[in-house]
Amino acid sequence: MGIIKARKLKYDYIKYDENGQQQDCYTAVDQVDLDVSQGQFIAILGHNGSGKSTLAKHMNALLIPTEGSIWVDGRDTAAEPELWKIRQKAGMVFQNPDNQIIGTVVEEDVGFGPENMGVPTDAIWERVNKSLEAVGMTAYRHRSPNKLSGGQKQRVAIAGVMAMQPKCIILDEPTAMLDPNGRKEVLKAVHELNEKEGITVILITHYMEEVIDADRVFVMDQGHVVMQGTPREIFSKVEELKSYRLDVPQVTLLAWELKQAGVDLPDGILTTKELVNALCH
Amino acid sequence: MSLRLEHVTYTYNPGTVYEMHALKDVSLDIPDGQFAGIIGHTGSGKSTLIQHFNGLMKPTAGTVYFQDEDIWQEGYSLKRLRSQVGLVFQYPEHQLFEADVLSDVCFGPKNQGLSKEEAELRAVQALRQAGLKEKYYRSSPFELSGGQKRRVAIAGVLAMEPKVLILDEPTAGLDPKGRDEILDQIAFLHEERKITVILVSHSMEDIARYVERILVMNKGEKAFDGVPREVFSHYKELERMGLAAPQITYIMHELKAKGLLADTSAITVDEAKKSILEALEKRKV
Repeated sequence: MGIIKARKLKYDYIKYDENGQQQDCYTAVDQVDLDVSQGQFIAILGHNGSGKSTLAKHMNALLIPTEGSIWVDGRDTAAEPELWKIRQKAGMVFQNPDNQIIGTVVEEDVGFGPENMGVPTDAIWERVNKSLEAVGMTAYRHRSPNKLSGGQKQRVAIAGVMAMQPKCIILDEPTAMLDPNGRKEVLKAVHELNEKEGITVILITHYMEEVIDADRVFVMDQGHVVMQGTPREIFSKVEELKSYRLDVPQVTLLAWELKQAGVDLPDGILTTKELVNALCH
Repeated sequence: MSLRLEHVTYTYNPGTVYEMHALKDVSLDIPDGQFAGIIGHTGSGKSTLIQHFNGLMKPTAGTVYFQDEDIWQEGYSLKRLRSQVGLVFQYPEHQLFEADVLSDVCFGPKNQGLSKEEAELRAVQALRQAGLKEKYYRSSPFELSGGQKRRVAIAGVLAMEPKVLILDEPTAGLDPKGRDEILDQIAFLHEERKITVILVSHSMEDIARYVERILVMNKGEKAFDGVPREVFSHYKELERMGLAAPQITYIMHELKAKGLLADTSAITVDEAKKSILEALEKRKV
């Protein structure tokens, strides 16, 4: 079994009136099957309200399915009495860098997770050192987090998750509030965790360029997974993506437009280099 | 001569060890009806700059003029200024607070002293301009999606009928379609009502598509100021400032380096397409 497996996963948000009677019900995730194997880099795309974040919150048991099941590292989240065991295996990083840092010094913030897990002090420091190193924040370890840039804060948040030695890290639009440089820093850190540490990555994003190096892309619409495949397969379907309120990277769009105008180009061009080589062969 | 800054400097915590110059001798002039873009990495002084435009911050040195009047002179009404220079903050939906959408948008015009009827008229018009469907007018703002909430917040500023509209990252966190819808709506307002628009954005692609002039802020100073294709031709310097050019700029420069004579100043997909097709045509000949 892979690190994350979902079968017919469904989640309803239920609204109650003042008397505690059910007033409204909204199905945010519907009949989702998902298989992620250890070490994969997965991207999830979808418009606002498509169910991406609701799905992500099932991956570390912040939400428990209304129907169907999800297994994280072999544990059924609905049947697990100790949810923190799941959250140790699957850590989450959220959108707003200012909402997820609690320590007054960078290294203390990173050590918070393992300390809570009861890891011995020496081992905590070892983990903190290693995590800060992995995201390139060692030089800032004695700083106060509120003096850092958004990209640096997000990297501290990622280090905090890493220090718990998870098998899987879920990032819900981690770059939405960052400038181009911050975005690059965070993505680089995430890719390194995936490649060097073998940590499974699930990246939710609205930036199409962040998806091109993923192993597999899932596209969500109205709670369903409507497309899945490699980035190349997904981005060669420009019109279908647009119908789901999404987009393709600029270079892919340009290649597609040129192809429509009669230029001989392969489908699903993803990078500047590919386009330049195809045009200047 | 709509908005003018002359030698504006802003210093945080002056005279202490924490002294920091957020703006250093910035002079600029944004004429009526312009669609301008401001870019700069986090901490470059963008936010400090735009808060000077409507008098939320007072320069440590230098002068801010609106319609040729010094906004910090004695007796100048900052309240009036703020209804003429509307500022939409980042994540403006966090500032929604009324029980329903229409009341929330009415808040500004009511504060301007309009009657309930007049305020509602303005609110309905503003919501229409912001592109929110009528069926949501009586909903709680908190039941709406991110994109819809953002529209309500923008309508709240539009309802004051500002002459200048400043938007700080209006599309952050929105999906690509939502992003295009909001920006198209703003461009439409700019065309239709001839208002001045100042757009702060981290997306070079959006900036390239919509604005007629770019101001680049770096370390509290104005680093570049010009039309987009001119500013993006400095893409190497922009990178050193933690910024970038649109992806198209890089493609065009690569193509040129490989010998395809395409126009390196193209910054949008349409321009690039046209230029590449022409260059390919020439190569055939």
